[in-house]
Amino acid sequence: MAKTVVQEFTKGLWEEVPPFRLVLGLCPVLAVTKTVANGIGMGIATTFVLVCSNILVSVLRKIIPSQVRVPIFIIIIATFVVVVELVMQAVAYELFLLLGIFIPLIVVNCIILGRAEAFASKNGVLPSAADGLGMGIGFTISLGVLSAIREAFGSGTFSIPFPEQLAPLFGIDPVIQLFGPSFQPFTFMVEAPGAFVCLGLMLAVMNLFGKK
Amino acid sequence: MRDVIRMIVVLATLAAVSGFVLWGVKTGTAAKIEYQQLKFVKGPAIIEILQGCTNDPIVDRFKIKDGEIERSFYVGVFDGKANAVAYETFGKGFGGDIGVMVGVNLETDELLGMGVTTHAETPGLGSRAKDDPSFRAQFKGLSITEPMKVKPDGGQIDAVSGATITSRGVCQGVTDSAELYSRLKPQIIEQARTFAQ
Repeated sequence: MAKTVVQEFTKGLWEEVPPFRLVLGLCPVLAVTKTVANGIGMGIATTFVLVCSNILVSVLRKIIPSQVRVPIFIIIIATFVVVVELVMQAVAYELFLLLGIFIPLIVVNCIILGRAEAFASKNGVLPSAADGLGMGIGFTISLGVLSAIREAFGSGTFSIPFPEQLAPLFGIDPVIQLFGPSFQPFTFMVEAPGAFVCLGLMLAVMNLFGKK
Repeated sequence: MRDVIRMIVVLATLAAVSGFVLWGVKTGTAAKIEYQQLKFVKGPAIIEILQGCTNDPIVDRFKIKDGEIERSFYVGVFDGKANAVAYETFGKGFGGDIGVMVGVNLETDELLGMGVTTHAETPGLGSRAKDDPSFRAQFKGLSITEPMKVKPDGGQIDAVSGATITSRGVCQGVTDSAELYSRLKPQIIEQARTFAQ
């Protein structure tokens, strides 16, 4: 492995961006990307769990017996997820109400287990942290872009993530209306089939630019 | 054999550590989570009922044991005196229990207001008991000692049109809270006094 830490970080942003290149963790990608605020919130929660679990798995990689590695990964991931869930309830209860069931589902998000198995269990702490952070940020950006498209067409709005903190900072409404009052929402986009179609189109566009 | 022992030891240790971490986080956040849940589920009704109070009723709360059930009371401070409490009872609606939050003035025994917290009523019909301010406003200023009934039952409350059963459930909840009030009044006043500023 001749890759540098920086390369491990940047590969998650484009080369191996999780939902589009690895096509992993699609459950939250499809389910929570109805609004930008939800998508980004989910992305940040996943990033946190991903970085923490990658670091811990990497630290423990020499101790973990390979026969029981998957249960151990799950224990580590589940612990961090419950921590995120409790902290989110205490700090951002509105976001918790919106993301609801998808927070516990981070446990079974294949990106996290996938990175623990494929990367962190074979690499040092620093590259693993960089890998987790890059993957997490790539995941968050992907969710953000996907939800921005779906929300713009489906409801004609753009909702600012973390409205209570960010909206007063810029002096804007937490939910911005993008089109005039005569806008007819294309509700297909905020429903599940719209998510699939949107994801497919984004994959196609990425292939157009990325593949030789 | 050594492998097996190693597996068991590593797994057990990790599970134990994880358990301790979760216990720590859970106890650390419990008070804040309870506050957040109250604020978002019951908070809107409480704040509307105790409008104009100078404290935060969700922080200034106490519990009284009523038989088997523990009931929460939210204290409202007006003019430096803790002379109002809000509390929740349940009435039977069309689609299940309706959470009815009432506020009572401890000096005059008058209802300060009524709000619906949780319900499973039909959207657009029964749900208006929660959303329609004119329905809720009818309860304001009534004495808690008189029974609440909708007009078809010979009472004084105009039912939400198309939602008589819901309205009846709300009245039932308010009547229950009156009964609760007369039963626990000495305790309520004693506890509320400790919150005076």
